[in-house]
Order: sequence, then C-alpha cells, then structure tokens
Amino acid sequence: MEIQKDLLYTMEHEWIRLKGNRAVVGVSDFAQKQLGDVVFVELPTEGTELVKENTFGVVESVKTVSDVYAPLSGRVVAVNKDLETQPDLVNSDPYGKGWMIEIEVTDSSPEDGLMNSEKYTELCQQQG
Amino acid sequence: MSEELPQTLRTTPLTDVHRKLGARLVPFAGWNMPIQYAGVVTEHLCVREKVGLFDVSHMGEIDIKGKDAQRFLQYLLSNDIEKMTDGSILYTLMCYEGGGVVDDLLIHRFSEDHYFLCVNASNTDKDYAWIKKNATSFDVTTKNTSAATAQLALQGPRAEEVLQPLFDISLHDLPYYHFKRGKVHNVEGIVSRTGYTGEDGFELYLPQGDVRQVFCALIRQGEPCGIQPIGLGARDTLRLEMGYALYGQEIDAESSPLEADLGWVVKFKKGKFIGSGPLLKQKEEGLLRKLVGLRLLTRGVPREHYRVLADGKPVGEVTSGTFSPSLNIGIGLCYVPSEHSITGARLEVEIRNQLIPAEVVKLPFVPSHVKK
Repeated sequence: MEIQKDLLYTMEHEWIRLKGNRAVVGVSDFAQKQLGDVVFVELPTEGTELVKENTFGVVESVKTVSDVYAPLSGRVVAVNKDLETQPDLVNSDPYGKGWMIEIEVTDSSPEDGLMNSEKYTELCQQQG
Repeated sequence: MSEELPQTLRTTPLTDVHRKLGARLVPFAGWNMPIQYAGVVTEHLCVREKVGLFDVSHMGEIDIKGKDAQRFLQYLLSNDIEKMTDGSILYTLMCYEGGGVVDDLLIHRFSEDHYFLCVNASNTDKDYAWIKKNATSFDVTTKNTSAATAQLALQGPRAEEVLQPLFDISLHDLPYYHFKRGKVHNVEGIVSRTGYTGEDGFELYLPQGDVRQVFCALIRQGEPCGIQPIGLGARDTLRLEMGYALYGQEIDAESSPLEADLGWVVKFKKGKFIGSGPLLKQKEEGLLRKLVGLRLLTRGVPREHYRVLADGKPVGEVTSGTFSPSLNIGIGLCYVPSEHSITGARLEVEIRNQLIPAEVVKLPFVPSHVKK
C-alpha cells in the first residue's frame, strides 16, 4: 500500500495536496483497495461551495457505495472529468490521474484536523 | 435476557492458501471466506472468458438414506424426485407448511434409497433440524456431513480442459445436472456438472482433509488456461447476471416460490408435499407480485433495499443489485406488482433521492453458457 509523504490525509481516507490556497483532493490507495473496482464517481460541479466534513461526492464500486467528504471548506474550481469515462483511474492511480476535485480554500487554518503521512500510516495499520 | 456469545468464525482448510493468493477474507454465514483476490471485475471476467476456482466449503451437505428415502424426499421437497435417475441432480425448494421457503438446494441421487443434498451454508443447521423433524414417520436415516465435506467449484468455458487430466473418469459425457464418483488428483470425491455462474463447470465434493491438495493441483493445472481463484464477490455478480435467486435476498421464509419465478421447480402434479396446499391456492388465485430483472437505463447501481417506483409511486424494493461487469450497467432483481412485471415496462430506482430510469428485462441478464 502506498502512502505519499507530501500529502495530508483525513480519517475518512481522502488525501489533500495543499499549495497556498489551492487543494487537490482524492482518495488514498488504502481507500481504493477497500472499495474495490470503482465503477462510478459522482462529483460536484465547478463553483460548488463545500463545507468541511460534509459529503462532496459518491464513489460506487461493484460491491459498495461510499461517500467522500470535503477535507476543508472552499469552492470547487476544477473537477476531474476523466473520471466520468474512466472511474477506474481511482484504482489504478489514486494519487495521480485518479484525483477528484480542486478546491479554492476559504478555511483560515486548513490543516486543522488533517493528518500527515506518519499519522495516516498508523491509522491504516490499525484499520488494515 | 441472555447475552449472545461472540461466535467464532469457522474456517475452511484453505484459509492460509487464500491468504497466500492475496485474498481479502470476510465473515460470511459464520465462516471466514475469501471475498476477493485480484478484484471482483477481473475475477468475474476470468470465469466468463476462461476458468475460475472457488472454495465453497461453507456449503452444507446432508445425506438421506433408507427404504423410504424417495417417498420422504418427494414429500419434503417441491420438485419431482421420483423422476430422478441414478447420478442425476435436481434444483428444488424445501418449503414450510405455509409455502414459504426453508431453503433452495440441489438434490443428488446415488440410488432410489440414497440421496445427498447440498444446502446453503447459513441454513445448514436449520435445514437439518427441519429434515429430522419431518422424517420421524419415514424409514430413513439422515446425516449432516457438512463438517467432513469440503466443496470446490471450477467454473468457466475451460473448466473441463482443466479438470479432465486430474479426474479418472470421462467428463465429456457427463451432462449438465449429473454427477460421477471418482478420483480427483487421487482423492475420492464427487464431481457434478453444476454451478452458480451460468458458465459450464463443475462442483467437487471432497473430504475436508484432502481438499487442499486438490485445490492447489487445480490451480497448477489451470495455469496455462489463465485460471484464477475467485471470491464470493464475483460469485455474487456472476449469479446475479444469471438472475439466480439467493436465499436471504430473493427468497426466505416469508416469500412465495411462485412469485420468485421458481414455479418450474414446484410440481403440483406429483401429489401432496409440504407447502403444496397454500401454494396451489396461490397459483389458482393468481400472483399479486413477481420477481423481475431490472436494467438501469442511465448510470447508477441499484443496491439491496433501494426503492423501486412506477410513475413516481413506490411499487417494490431491490432484493439484490450490482454493477454488471459483463454489461457495464447497473442490474438488479425486484418484486413488483404483476402489472409492472412485463418485459419492457419502465420503472424507476431511487438512488440517493434521485429517480433513475430502469427497464424490466427478461432473465438472464447475459446469455447462459451451461452445457445443456
């Protein structure tokens, strides 16, 4: 299982690549393994205002359906449209081509409640 | 109030083999079973296109012997047991007095006075108790041989090619729903041409202690054919594409075999059997609802208990649903009032507060390739 060092993570297994006031969000390698083959990804449209810890989308795999949660508050400025036709990118490249949305962050302290890769590794070990 | 003790999960003799093969194991029907190895879609397509091997040792086996065996089973089960020949198999239901389903099962005939039943794992104890209770006035002996018996399923178009070199009896002339006794990789067992996938293939009943060597031999033998171990995840998507009922989903103690479209294994002409009275009455009065196959017309996956509507009015709920790896669409089974059960009827499935259009389709969802 891969956990990228330069990313932040949530308890719900989303990852966040935070640069200035922009955050790219996806689900972790641990999450995609648990979900199994992803067949649909439902994402918000550009411009949608997200509230931290509220659901922003849904990932359907063959066997299960799972919500994805906004790791921070802000406005959606980009959505990965490739996932409409290739939802399995979430499985094959969770930290790259399987990204989901980019957020313009409005949180004043966006890192609050998020984990670094060491903390997240511990969480995965407990849950694995 | 008594507190329920945490149940220990039962394991098949293959647990460590599954782990080595990369399986994720989950509790199922009281057993620790492999849900997937490489992934549900890969495994599913491997069975449809090549061949896959399943450990289904959780299934139950019950042996019925004695002078009255045939007469007893004719009374106990809904299908016509009298017409069976030695070495043949029938799919049948076992019903309660009211017509509800105790279990669905396969009955195998060794001889007129010796049969064995393959039953659902979660129902084995309940079934065995029901059988014993009803057997008291018949000259039969019953034995639950589940603990001593392991079961493998080898399924897919290349199944015969994989199994034949390891089996000492010809499979070529083994018809669908028939079995033979023989040696598989030198292990005494039963091989039947049956399955739960809609592909050609076999189910193997073997002694617990020897199943491991047979499983490993089949994996080795199947390597040139692209064999993969298959988990319960793909077992479910494969059976659902065929529209096969699963106990606990489509059928249970409350459901009607006739509504479940299983009237073809309920044989009223054979005479009285447990549940025949109420079922015959149902048949004469007409069915209020019917189990149908639904295909979603736009993207989405129907799941168990999702509401099904007709013109915005709730008419039923999904009993089993999945994404179909063969068709790349959402499919499901659902009981609907008879007027909505006609092929082509338009319905809607409620998925996260949205109504997704669906269509009633003829089952199976994908063509069956069993060897008829």
